[in-house]
Amino acid sequence: MCGVCGCGEAETAIGGHRHEHHDHGAAAPDGKTANPARRKAHSHAHDHGRLHQQRPLFGPGAVRSDLVTIEQGILSKNDGFAAENRARFAELGLLALNLVSSPGAGKTSLLVATIESLKREASIAVIEGDQATENDADRIRATGVPAIQINTGRGCHLDAHMVGHAFESLPLEAGGILFIENVGNLVCPAAFDLGEAHKVAILSVTEGEDKPIKYPDMFAAADLMILAKTDLLPHLDFDVAACIEAARRVNPGIEVIELSARTGEGMGEWITWIGRAAERVRTPGSQPAGAGASASALAKA
Amino acid sequence: MHELTLARNLIELACEHARAQGADRVKRIQVRLGVLSGMLKPLYFCFGPAARGTLCEDALLEIEEVPLTVECPNCRAVKVPHTRYSFRCPTCGSPTPKVVTGREMVLVALELEASDRKKRRRPKRRRAGRADDLAMDNQAGERIR
Repeated sequence: MCGVCGCGEAETAIGGHRHEHHDHGAAAPDGKTANPARRKAHSHAHDHGRLHQQRPLFGPGAVRSDLVTIEQGILSKNDGFAAENRARFAELGLLALNLVSSPGAGKTSLLVATIESLKREASIAVIEGDQATENDADRIRATGVPAIQINTGRGCHLDAHMVGHAFESLPLEAGGILFIENVGNLVCPAAFDLGEAHKVAILSVTEGEDKPIKYPDMFAAADLMILAKTDLLPHLDFDVAACIEAARRVNPGIEVIELSARTGEGMGEWITWIGRAAERVRTPGSQPAGAGASASALAKA
Repeated sequence: MHELTLARNLIELACEHARAQGADRVKRIQVRLGVLSGMLKPLYFCFGPAARGTLCEDALLEIEEVPLTVECPNCRAVKVPHTRYSFRCPTCGSPTPKVVTGREMVLVALELEASDRKKRRRPKRRRAGRADDLAMDNQAGERIR
């Protein structure tokens, strides 16, 4: 494991290459890394730990051990990387979306359909996450848009460090859109901020209506729930209203869009939502754009 | 999330602080875990093996588990639900999605130790010390796998 940033070098492959050890810059004399952005992120989020020392640790009269108060989140390292990512995305006016779902809900198919609608109007790139294979990245690249595949090996979620590295290889213009398709998993990705503007949870109608209350952390963390594969509803007993009610129980403010990537039903509403989100990212504090403004809001910078 | 990920993050964070304080051993680690993490027992079981070869080897792990409390929008008060993972107000039955406590995963405190020999030695230059520590972590990485 990398002793500086903690990445599991032996497990993660980014863009087909084993993750090489990288230089995090010279260590500052206090032993912390010299990356000021990461330190700021930490000190902004946490008290970095103060030494409650009543007796000296060294020198005459020293005692050999002492209790040091830390009060730092155990996953704060990922939070630091996520904050760095978020800052870089903001500098470029990029909209970053983290797509999460259980395996097979239709994330990649939705992405392919979305890209076909948007690629003439916006600069788009995709980061794909799977345990193995380049299959999803290949499907994205077939649309003409750049994609990089992260293979997590035994890992079950993407983290901010992996995403930061993958992003370095992507040719995204300012004002573009970065889609991050997370590993299919409704549990672990909820705990790992990637620096995205929004988590979008995709739930297909072939799953149970009570998924949102079974996986409350994920649906609480998502700003939008997409109910996918609605073209299959005539063949199922899926209760759409019950599902939306379940989602609002764990997250009263969650937005919901019902769509089918295959037939195109509901896709217009999703594209509009993306346009509004992109507008908000580019002009913080602005009102969301109206329904007709989505295309112009996505114009390349 | 897998307990091994949590254990590794915890050990690495503790070792970073230990190195920053010039300690060469972590004797005790105090952690606060919210009940929603579901990690109390799993963390206890995997901490020992995960810590082998690091500054946290043989450290005593103390976990304080924090119960679930929620805010009821109807009663406008913080409530303790009837069951461990319930998201309903015990008084009025309203859904209570807002969690007040129960999600924490915090490294609270460390008891560090430095050997007496250090008092007589010239303090290590930070770069040399860091390279040695990296070597220890790399060994730990190999050993853990």
